[in-house]
Amino acid sequence: MPRTHITTVINGDETEFLTEDSTSLLNALRDEVGLTGAKEGCGTGDCGACSILVDDRVNCACLMFAPEADGTVIVTVEGLADSGELHPLQQCFLEGAALQCGICTPGFLMAAKALLDKNPDPTETEIRYALAGNLCRCTGYDKIIRAVQEAAREMRGQ
Amino acid sequence: MAITEENPGYKWVGTRPIRPDGLEKVTGKARFGADLVLPGMLYGKVVRSPHAHARIVSIDTSAAESMEGVKAVITGADFPDLAANGAHPSDIDVANNAIARDKVLYEGHVVAAVAAITREQAEAAAKAVAVTYEVLPHVLTVDEAMADNAPLLHEAMITKGVDPAPEEPSNIASKILHERGDLDQGFGEADAVVEREFSTKPVHQGYIEPHAAVADANSDGRAHIWCSSQGHFQMRAYTATVLGVSPGTLKVTAAEIGGGFGGKTVIYLEPLAVRLSQRAGRPVKLVMDRDEVFRATGPTSGTRIKVKMGVSKDGKITAAEVWMAYEAGAYAGSPVGAAGMTAIACYDIPNFVVEGYDVVCNKPRVAAYRAPGAPMAAFAVESVLDELARNIEMDPIDIRLANAAVEGTQASYGPKFPRIGFVETLEAIKEHPNYTAELGPNQGRGVAAGFWFNAGMMSSATVHVNENGTATVVTGSPDIGGSRQSMALMAAEELGIPYESIKPVVADTETVGFNDVTGGSRVTLATGAAVVDACRLIVEDLRGRAAKTWDVEVDQVEWVDGQAQHVDGAQPPLSLNDLAAKSGRTGGPISANASLNSRGVGAGFSTQLCDVEVDPETGVTRVVRYLTAQDAGRAISPDYVEGQMQGGVVQGIGWALNEEYIHDTEGVMENPSFLDYRMPVASDLPMIDCAIVEVPNPAHPYGVRGVGEVGIVPPMAAVGNAIHDAVDVRMTELPMSPIKVLEALNENDG
Repeated sequence: MPRTHITTVINGDETEFLTEDSTSLLNALRDEVGLTGAKEGCGTGDCGACSILVDDRVNCACLMFAPEADGTVIVTVEGLADSGELHPLQQCFLEGAALQCGICTPGFLMAAKALLDKNPDPTETEIRYALAGNLCRCTGYDKIIRAVQEAAREMRGQ
Repeated sequence: MAITEENPGYKWVGTRPIRPDGLEKVTGKARFGADLVLPGMLYGKVVRSPHAHARIVSIDTSAAESMEGVKAVITGADFPDLAANGAHPSDIDVANNAIARDKVLYEGHVVAAVAAITREQAEAAAKAVAVTYEVLPHVLTVDEAMADNAPLLHEAMITKGVDPAPEEPSNIASKILHERGDLDQGFGEADAVVEREFSTKPVHQGYIEPHAAVADANSDGRAHIWCSSQGHFQMRAYTATVLGVSPGTLKVTAAEIGGGFGGKTVIYLEPLAVRLSQRAGRPVKLVMDRDEVFRATGPTSGTRIKVKMGVSKDGKITAAEVWMAYEAGAYAGSPVGAAGMTAIACYDIPNFVVEGYDVVCNKPRVAAYRAPGAPMAAFAVESVLDELARNIEMDPIDIRLANAAVEGTQASYGPKFPRIGFVETLEAIKEHPNYTAELGPNQGRGVAAGFWFNAGMMSSATVHVNENGTATVVTGSPDIGGSRQSMALMAAEELGIPYESIKPVVADTETVGFNDVTGGSRVTLATGAAVVDACRLIVEDLRGRAAKTWDVEVDQVEWVDGQAQHVDGAQPPLSLNDLAAKSGRTGGPISANASLNSRGVGAGFSTQLCDVEVDPETGVTRVVRYLTAQDAGRAISPDYVEGQMQGGVVQGIGWALNEEYIHDTEGVMENPSFLDYRMPVASDLPMIDCAIVEVPNPAHPYGVRGVGEVGIVPPMAAVGNAIHDAVDVRMTELPMSPIKVLEALNENDG
């Protein structure tokens, strides 16, 4: 089957890969590029475990075909830390015990980053709605919401 | 936080450091079940039955085998016939559930599997496997399955637990019975009696990570499996059984596990992956789609439960009669046994009969789900108790206090309770500001309680002291909710070295002694006790080495704050670092193993307080405030104790309000996606307030009881009781979805 050549910027690096047209961006990232941080929880865009940023917007990687990524700038959870220094969201998730099994964590971090990039001072309700596309079955969300609130405070310099 | 007993000066136990495995999980490095890739690895795909009940007439794999990229196709015929080999019936069920031989018993039952070079090729080949079925009549609920002349799933199933044994087969696998006292006399003494009938639907554990396994088989019969499970020793045992090989030929490595809640204590993919790998001569990865997870794994039972209870004017329960039937799915083994033991275990009741039935039907085989069996029974019993309290105008906490099991109470399931903390959880609720918080219009408040045994079982641990005085703590219990942190905290406390100096590791089946599954809330209790035992052996060893160094008797050496001290201060102390550096001259490497079969379980209780707001126009119920009080015994790791409490509550809220398996009349699941099987999301919920109660378990070195499960027992009744308080309707069916609440409201008006 003919494969399409895709050129993207992933986590700051120009990245090329070959893909079949019917392959999801999530499978291409995981199988072709070797970035397994984004997870498949459902494959239908309902759980958010594969949330990534595509041109600064949060997307379910399972809902995009890989060829749609051509020419885009992608950030995955592997690109969230800056040269080994954790993003405040990562640090606050650790300090606030905002993860148990951790399978949903990459998606929550990316969705929360997308929120805080646009809205540095969200209310609890705004955080809850911004993260409503991400399922967590372990935590009951309490500590996740608090971690995002804390990260927002830190990023505002408070 | 309610602390009923002060922390006796622990330095690490009870603190909130960052978890040892956290960094990998926030940076995407942690390897879960589906993340492993091996050189030459093939992708597998499973072929599943579209019918709820059918005889397999024939399977033609020839078209699939000839397709591009296909390297192996297997069916039930590729596995040993355990029934013909005289295996134990429960092993036969495990094997037949992994891949059907003669009959399929539910939609989604495995009939074949393929392996190919690419995912797409595997999917195409799976579609090309041609199965001819003779469709049979099916039964989907306990009522259908227990009806006279119901179609049988297992033609030879004779109900166990009935004397004399029935002569005719049925779909009732077993009956359980617990009785005490005299029911007639008990109800005769009652001033108020309430009798209600309840029903609940199957619900799924809902872990976000689908099942996944990679197998790499060698031509000599050995194989290596990587899988995400709640117990890789259990996966090894089950897989060996299904393949008909010795467990020692299989090595199983635990991947990080993306949630389980009981649903990953059983096998699905592992034996298929091994057989495909053997046939293809290459590693094979099998990963389920979410659709497959719903159709073929989990769930827990749908149930029908009848409860009749009576109380005297002063709130004493005089009698309780409970009848319950639990769906087992395709094979015997619903959690009705645990349900019968837990249903009224919170209370000291003089007269009762608890009767239960384990009933097979044409749905996926149920798997454990957090306090298996208890939540449905508690929904029924705690709803009736709420109604009784209202009838005699008694506070819902006070009626529970009047009947609460305490130390010495003869539990309804047999033994006398040792020290337990149920009363303390009730008091913690009553003392919390939420108990008296003001309620708005259409808002109501509900209370419910729950009990879970907690498990002990078998665990092993090895502790190695490294050459610089740090330590590696090795166990075989997959860490599903932060248990590596609790292992490290207890080891730090025992060895007297910083938490950060401990590296906790979950090792494979060839590297550490046997461990039972991560289930039953047992890991911090039992595996933790093994870690404590191993650390104590290390300390004994270190004292001996210091005594040898100083040329004194060992009783002259104490271990304090991570160093050997002479009792009279006659020698300068030797730190763990000093002793580790000199280990070669004092007896060699410093290492210890401990294995145990834990007997010291500590029962867990939870009491919860729920405030809801019901929209009378739409029937939508919204949880506006929630408080959970739970006896942890000792919260080794309070962050993750709260996490277990909050997580259990929210699963319970989902069970209460939204979640259910919906099957059409042909037995095909209609909502096998997270869109249609609606689990709670962040915007559905308030913060979940926690009151950790600590009544130490006398049988554990740190007082641990286990915290994973009991939190899911009360929520359905707490929500239902709150709905009643808000809008005066008694909900008896789960889920309490908007349509059902609206119907109940309309009936009230009518």
